[in-house]
Amino acid sequence: MASLIETRGLTLHFGGLKAVDGVDFSLEAGEIHALIGPNGAGKTTFVSLLSGRRMARSGTIHLGAEDITFLPAHTRVRKGIAYTFQITSIFPRLTVFDNVALAVQSQGAGDLIGRTRAALGRVGLAGLDAQEAQTLAYGHQRLLELAMGLALNPRVLILDEPTQGLAASEIEGFKRLVHSLVPETTVLLIEHNMEVVMDLATRITVLNFGRVLASGTPEDIRANPLVQEAYLGA
Amino acid sequence: MKVWALHLGLVAVLFAAQFLLSPYHVTNLARIMVLAVFAMGYNLAFGYTGLLSLGHALLLGAGMYAAGLSAQVWGFAAGPALIAGTLAGGVMAAAVGLLALRTAGVSFMIVTLMFAQAGYLTILYLAPVTGGDEGFTLAAASRTFAGFDLSTDTPRFLAALALFALGLLVSLVLVRSPFGRTMVAMRENEERSRMLGYNPFTVKLAALTISGLYAGAAGAAYALLFGYVGASFATIQYSILPMLYVLLGGAGTILGPLLGAVLLFALIEVASGLTTAYLFFVGLALVALVLFAPKGILGTIRERWLPWLP
Repeated sequence: MASLIETRGLTLHFGGLKAVDGVDFSLEAGEIHALIGPNGAGKTTFVSLLSGRRMARSGTIHLGAEDITFLPAHTRVRKGIAYTFQITSIFPRLTVFDNVALAVQSQGAGDLIGRTRAALGRVGLAGLDAQEAQTLAYGHQRLLELAMGLALNPRVLILDEPTQGLAASEIEGFKRLVHSLVPETTVLLIEHNMEVVMDLATRITVLNFGRVLASGTPEDIRANPLVQEAYLGA
Repeated sequence: MKVWALHLGLVAVLFAAQFLLSPYHVTNLARIMVLAVFAMGYNLAFGYTGLLSLGHALLLGAGMYAAGLSAQVWGFAAGPALIAGTLAGGVMAAAVGLLALRTAGVSFMIVTLMFAQAGYLTILYLAPVTGGDEGFTLAAASRTFAGFDLSTDTPRFLAALALFALGLLVSLVLVRSPFGRTMVAMRENEERSRMLGYNPFTVKLAALTISGLYAGAAGAAYALLFGYVGASFATIQYSILPMLYVLLGGAGTILGPLLGAVLLFALIEVASGLTTAYLFFVGLALVALVLFAPKGILGTIRERWLPWLP
C-alpha cells in the first residue's frame, strides 16, 4: 500500500511541553486509521500539524510525493485534507444549507444545490436545509460538521472525536457512514470510544506524551502490554 | 422574486419622489443617495464581511480627489472622472487592505483609522494641488454628462439615482452569490472558513476592495454632482457616518444603508432646526438603537417578520 500522508520526526513544543515529539507516522491510502491515547497525549495537536492549523517546529509532512510541511491550512484543504473539529465549529447563524454549501462551493461552482443536498442526505440531515444551524440539536450539529467535511470531497478526512456527545443510535449510523467512505476516502480518526475504534479501525496508532507508543492492527494494540499500561488500563 | 420586486419597486419610488418633493428636498435626496452608495460599500465590508473599518473617509476622499483633480488638472469629463474616482477608491482600499488586513478586530480599527488620518493630513500638506482645507470648486465644464448639466436639479437627481440603483443591484447580486456567502462566512467563523479551503486574507481583501470601489464612486459622484472637493470629506466624521447609517438601518441588510442615511439625515435636519445641540439627538437615537434594536431597523424586521429580506 502507498502512503498517503507520511510524517518524519514531526515536532511541536509549547515552551517546555513536548506536545508532539518526533512523530514518525504513515497513513495508508484507503484505510481507517485510529489515533488513540490518554488526554493530553498530543492527538489533536498532531492532527493540527497535518491539517496546517499549526506549523511544525521541525520534521516533515508529505502528502503523496509532495512536501506540505509549510503549506497554509487552506491550501492543504484544497489538496484534499479535510478536518472536522473536536469542538463543533459550524456557522451558527447561517442555515444548514449555507453551512454545507460553503464547503461544496469551495470545490467548484457546478450544481451547488444538488451537491449540497446530497451531502446533507448522506449524513441524514435531509430536510433540515432551511433551519438555522445553531437551533439544531447537538448530535445534529456534529453530523453537520461531518457533512461539511464530506462535502469537501477529501482524499483524507480527519475526524477529531466525532462521536463525542452522540447517542448510541447515532453512533451506529456514524459507524456505517464512515465504513461507506473507504476506500475512496482515507479516514484518520481520533476517538476515545474504544468500541468505535475496534469496530472501525484497520490500524491504530497510540500516542503518549507526544510520542508514538505503538502502531499496528487492533489485535496487536489490544495485546500490547505497554498500551495496556498507558491507556487501555485494567 | 419578491426580493427583486421589492428592490426594483424601491428604485421606482425614488424615481417618482422627484415629482412629489420640493426642489430643496430633491437635492437632499440626491445627496442622501450618494451617501447611501458610500454606506452600501461600507456595509459590504462591515455588515457582510465583518471588517469594522474606521478609515473609510480615506476611500471617499480618494474617489473625490481623483475625480476632482482629474477634472480640474487634466480636464476629464464627468464620465471618465467618475471612473477615475471609482478606481482610486478601489486601489486605495486594496493598498490599505494589504497592510491593515494583517490585523483584525480592534487593531484593524486603529490601523484603518491611522491610514485615514494620514490621508487627511496628506491632503492638507499638498495644499498647492488640493487646495488644503479650503478645497476647490469644480468648473462647470467638467460637470456635464452626455450633454446634461449635472449642476441642475433633474440631471443631478437622475445621476444620483442611477448610481444608487446600480450600487443597490450589484450589492444584491453579490451577497446572493457564492462569493457573498463566503464573505458572510468570514464574519461568522473565519477559522472554520479557512478549514473549508478559503484564504481569509484574499477574501477579505476582495471584499474591502469592492467596498473601496463603492466609496470611490460615491466620493467622485459627490464632487461632480455638488461641485465641491474638500478635505472635510476625508475627516474621521466621514468614517463614522457610514457606520452610523449602517448600524441604524441594519448591518448586513441590503436596504439598511439607505434607510439609515435617510433617517439620520432627517433627524439632523429636524433637530438642527430646533437647537444647535442637534448631536444630542443623534446620540439619543443611537443609544435607543443599541438598547432596543441592536441589529438596526431592518435587521430587527428581518429577524422578527421577514426572514427572506437579503
